[in-house]
Amino acid sequence: MAHPSDRVYSKEHEWVMVDGDVATIGISDFAQDQLGEVVYVDLPSEGDSLASGDSFGEIESVKSVSELFAPVSGEIVEVNSALDDAPEIVNSDPHGAGWMIKIRVNDASELDGLLSAEDYDAFITEG
Amino acid sequence: MSDALKRTPLYEEHLALGARMVPFAGWEMPVQYSGIIEEHKSVRSSAGVFDVSHMAEFRVFGFGAFDFLQGLLTNDLHRIGELGQAQYTLMLDDEGHIIDDLIVYHTGDLEYLIIANAGNAETDFAWITSHAPADLEIVDESERTALIALQGPKALNVAAELAGAGWETPARFTIAEASLDTVPTLVARTGYTGEDGVEILCGASDAPRLWRAILSFPEVNPAGLGARDTLRLEMGYPLYGNDMDRSIDPISAGLGWVVPKHKTGFIGSEAVAKVREAGPESKLVGLTVAGAIPRPGMSVLHEGEVVGKVASGTFSPTLETGIATAYVPAALSAPGTRFEVEIRKKTVAAVVVKPPFVSTTSLSA
Repeated sequence: MAHPSDRVYSKEHEWVMVDGDVATIGISDFAQDQLGEVVYVDLPSEGDSLASGDSFGEIESVKSVSELFAPVSGEIVEVNSALDDAPEIVNSDPHGAGWMIKIRVNDASELDGLLSAEDYDAFITEG
Repeated sequence: MSDALKRTPLYEEHLALGARMVPFAGWEMPVQYSGIIEEHKSVRSSAGVFDVSHMAEFRVFGFGAFDFLQGLLTNDLHRIGELGQAQYTLMLDDEGHIIDDLIVYHTGDLEYLIIANAGNAETDFAWITSHAPADLEIVDESERTALIALQGPKALNVAAELAGAGWETPARFTIAEASLDTVPTLVARTGYTGEDGVEILCGASDAPRLWRAILSFPEVNPAGLGARDTLRLEMGYPLYGNDMDRSIDPISAGLGWVVPKHKTGFIGSEAVAKVREAGPESKLVGLTVAGAIPRPGMSVLHEGEVVGKVASGTFSPTLETGIATAYVPAALSAPGTRFEVEIRKKTVAAVVVKPPFVSTTSLSA
C-alpha cells in the first residue's frame, strides 16, 4: 500500500502534516489496517504540552490496544472530538477525517527525523 | 511440542479469502476476514461460517462405553440415552479441577463421539486412554475430520438447501447423518455463538468443497476466531484457558448445572461435592464495563482493594460496551454489585450482570 506523500511518518505509524507551525497528527492506513476496527480512541485535552516521544493517548480495537506517541514536541491546540462517538472514522479515513490531534510545533527541526512516504512504505514492507 | 503450526484442511481457503492468520493452540487459524465486528454482526443478523477443524474428535466404542464415560465425565449420560442426543459436559481430575469442557454425542449403538478443545487435545486423549478399560476402542479422529460451524438466524435454511429433499432439521442438541451438497456429513444442532445453527463434521478431504458450497450462499459470510470469541462472550459461554483450567472447579466456574447433584462415582465427584457443600470461595460473574475494553488478567477492585481478576474480556459489538467475566469473592457475586477494573493507568466502573449479556438472538427467540 502506498501512503500519501503530502506528509511525513513516524516508525510508530503516525503521520504528521504541517501547515505553518501547526502539525496535524493521525495514524497511518497501515496502522489502522493492522489494528482492525477501532472501538475507542482516548485522546488528551487541548492545552496539554507534549514532548516528542510522549504517550498522548490510546487507540483500541476489539483485539488489541496501542499507545499513541507524539512524533513532535509542542502544545495541543485541537483534538478531534468526533472520534469519541465515531472511532470507526480512523478506519474509514485514517489520513483525513480520522486525524487525532493538532500540535503547535516548538521545534520544526524535529520533523527532519521523520520518514518520507516512500521511506515509510519501505519501512513497513521490511516488517 | 513442535514449533510448526498445524493447518486445517481449509487453510488454503482462508488465504484465498484474505484472512489474517494467527497462531492459536498450536494451529494457524483465521482470526478475521473482513473485520471482527462486521463478521460478528453478520452472524447475529444473517449467517456466518467458521472453520473449527482445529478442535479434536475422539470416538469411543464398545460394550463398556457408557459405563466408562459415565465414570469419566460429570454430566449424566442417561440424559443422552437416545441415539443422536448430545450434551455439554466436563472432564475433571481427582481434585475436581477441570481438564476440559466437551460435547459428547451419542452417535451410534455402543458409540460416543467427543469434541474437545484443540489446546487440550493431547492431554485429553492421554487422560481418556489411560483410564479406559482395555476392551474399549478409543480412536483420535481429529486428523481425518473437519469441523465447520454454520451459525446465525439463516443458518438452518442454508443447511436445508444444501441437504435438499428428505432433510429433517435436527432437534436442538442432536446429531444426524446428512448429505450436504453430496458431501457425507454428521450435522449437529449445536454451536458457540448464541445463534441457531449447526456444526458439521466431514472428512478432511471433502472440507474445501463443503466450505465453498456453504459460502456460495450470499447470506453466509466467513467468520474468524475473533468473532467467535465476541459472540460466545456475549452469551457468557465459558472458554477453557480463560474461564476455567486445572485450578478451577465446576461450582466456582458456574458450571454446577453440568454436574448433576444426583450423580456420584465419576472422577472428581467427591471433591466437587465438598465445594458444593461448603460453597465456593470465589465465583465467575459477568461484568459490563463502559468506555473501555477489559482484557484477561486485569485486576478487579472493590472499594479500592484488588479482589479478583478478569477471566475473559472483550468489546461487545451488539451492546457497544466492554463485557467480561471475572472471578470475584462469592460474597460479592450478586448482580448489581459494583467493581472497578484496572485498565492500564485508570480504573473503570464495572457492574455484575447475570449472563447472557445479549438475550435477543435467534436461539432465545
